[in-house]
Amino acid sequence: MNCIVCIEYIIVAVMVLSAIFAVEWGDLLAAVVGMTAVSLFASVLFFFLQAPDVAMTEAAIGAAMSAAVFIFAIKRTQRYESEEEGAGWWLRW
Amino acid sequence: MVKRILAIIMLLIVGFWMANALSGVPFGEDKMLVGKYYLENVKEQTGAVNAVTAVVVNYRGFDTLGEVTVLFIASTGVGALLWRKKKERTAKSEGSVVLRTGSKILLPFIMLFGAYIFIHGHLTPGGGFPGGATIATAFLMLYLAFKDYEIEHKVFEPIEGLAGVGYVTVGLIGLAIGSYFLFDWIWQTWGWGHENIGRLLSAGFIPIIYTLIGIKVGTELTGIVDNMVREEVKDND
Amino acid sequence: MISLYYFGAISLILIGMYAVLVKRNLLKMLVGLSIMETGVNLLLISIGYVSNRTAPILSEGATPQNTVDPIPQALVLTAIVIGVATTALALTVVINLYSKYKTLDVEEIRRLRG
Repeated sequence: MNCIVCIEYIIVAVMVLSAIFAVEWGDLLAAVVGMTAVSLFASVLFFFLQAPDVAMTEAAIGAAMSAAVFIFAIKRTQRYESEEEGAGWWLRW
Repeated sequence: MVKRILAIIMLLIVGFWMANALSGVPFGEDKMLVGKYYLENVKEQTGAVNAVTAVVVNYRGFDTLGEVTVLFIASTGVGALLWRKKKERTAKSEGSVVLRTGSKILLPFIMLFGAYIFIHGHLTPGGGFPGGATIATAFLMLYLAFKDYEIEHKVFEPIEGLAGVGYVTVGLIGLAIGSYFLFDWIWQTWGWGHENIGRLLSAGFIPIIYTLIGIKVGTELTGIVDNMVREEVKDND
Repeated sequence: MISLYYFGAISLILIGMYAVLVKRNLLKMLVGLSIMETGVNLLLISIGYVSNRTAPILSEGATPQNTVDPIPQALVLTAIVIGVATTALALTVVINLYSKYKTLDVEEIRRLRG
């Protein structure tokens, strides 16, 4: 296993982890930051897959515009997701 | 609780089905059919070095016109749904000194980089869509830094419309000169730039159309940001 | 055994689908949709990849025989920009719903309406 392959495994693992966190975090602002992290790691994977055009677009759109649009919407609505109260994530399952 | 378990069982079924289907699509093998034709003929037929750009603007230019239309309709929808009689910015505090000074210094360089990306779309990775997004990011930075900044609406809206009209006009000139809509008249009829493939002045109408797409994407994303930032002000009397 | 990139793309699609199915908050559903969109884009690009070949930019020694497939890249390039515009449209609908009902919970909104 050469080193590029290790980097690919690590990036896919971190990307899936941040996607899980983005879905499970109750604070919507943190969830949006998790979604942005998914976009950034996907942009690195696009570069590894020999698609530099798509990597540039994903970095510009996914990192800046998408997060900004979500944060403006959160500012005009509410920040915390109101799930069933009084339980951690392990009990909400 | 039951809902989550049912959802997870359904997701496992869908995931198993997708993995099963994708095991018949080998990763990293040559599966090109139309792509091979495009790659072999892209330099003679369009003059572009970047094959992705040639596919987006030249071979599939009509689809790109449709996608720009979808972008325009989405931007118009944002404006229509958030329309209020009186809208103003309601930010209470300015950005920090670092953000304000840095945005003033960096603004021309970010705009220059966006313009570079979409003008050189036929030579280097990039093109109108990432270039326009970069320009929109520059305006987003101004919105974040200054608490009462607004774009010049009287300048932005005509530019946005003119870029779309320009795209259709280039296509209609192709219909008049050649035989079909979005015919590449500069490259195929006039034959300009055949001797300098790989330099800036080549590839027919691809730089023109990508400049128009870049301006359109940039102004429309900026318009979406502008509509979402400004809120309705209620009179307190 | 499927490849690493297919695994990542399918995981992203399933995680996004879980959020859309289970969560009751509208903004969380849109976050899930956005993650799903990234997963679909990654799946398309990884289908077009050919190992040991370079990007489809035919200069400096790249010939048509050693470049990857340009068509999925051209497809995904526009899909990303359209995706953020349609997400913004959906978010404006959510903002209008919040200003009418003062909540983001879908079941609450359904109860209030009916």
